[in-house]
Amino acid sequence: MSSFRTPLSRAKGLGSAKHGVGHWIGERVSAAALIPLTLWAVYAVIRLAALDYYGAVAWISTPLNMTLMVLTLAFSFWHMHAGLRVVVEDYIHKTLSKTALLLLNFFVCGLAGALAVFSVLKVALGGA
Amino acid sequence: MAEVTRVVRERPTSPHTTIWRWHLTMATSILHRITGVALYGGALIAAAWALSLAGGPETYAAFKGVMGSLLGKLALFGLTLAGFYHLGNGVRHLTWDLGHGFDLKSANASAVGVIAFAVAATLAVWVIAGMTGAL
Repeated sequence: MSSFRTPLSRAKGLGSAKHGVGHWIGERVSAAALIPLTLWAVYAVIRLAALDYYGAVAWISTPLNMTLMVLTLAFSFWHMHAGLRVVVEDYIHKTLSKTALLLLNFFVCGLAGALAVFSVLKVALGGA
Repeated sequence: MAEVTRVVRERPTSPHTTIWRWHLTMATSILHRITGVALYGGALIAAAWALSLAGGPETYAAFKGVMGSLLGKLALFGLTLAGFYHLGNGVRHLTWDLGHGFDLKSANASAVGVIAFAVAATLAVWVIAGMTGAL
């Protein structure tokens, strides 16, 4: 059966999905945000390691610590989703395995990220 | 008519990792991916920290017990090294993206710089952690 599509129309339907630039920029914007945030996170881990449960709750309950912790977690999970996605796309070429791994990456980052953020908010806002 | 034997010729392939001589910029590129994947595990540990804190004093003590063990500390030391490497090399990548330092000489020099930074920063952080009672 012959196609009624013009050669130009066919060519326009091929090629990239045109989403690459957005992904590329998102990866770099989150990377830039994570430069100061990870340095703060290293300080946070050193502080938290020296505190017990009640000390940790008091520490995370200050508005600045809570906000920076939530931002660090959110940008980290965003960035690692973007990063591992590229790793999967580079090395896994079978459609089924690739799709499964990309979905798994999305669900793991989404679930773990949401659990982490809401746990911090629960502790920090709960007045425990 | 004589039968034509069809010889299936191997398709040419692009050079892969096995035929390249190792060089520094190649190692830093591969390390960036490896440390990135390692930090994926680190982020899951961070999520476990948040969950255990929300769980109450007992679960938090259990989490601190695991991370305070020798194996936990070893993992944290590796994650510190991976984190500082990925951070330093990430800045190197962002500099390249802005169009600077992509010539061979600069790329080799910044590779050495990033590795040195990662090792020095990791040791400094663990010394500070030891001095502030975090260990």
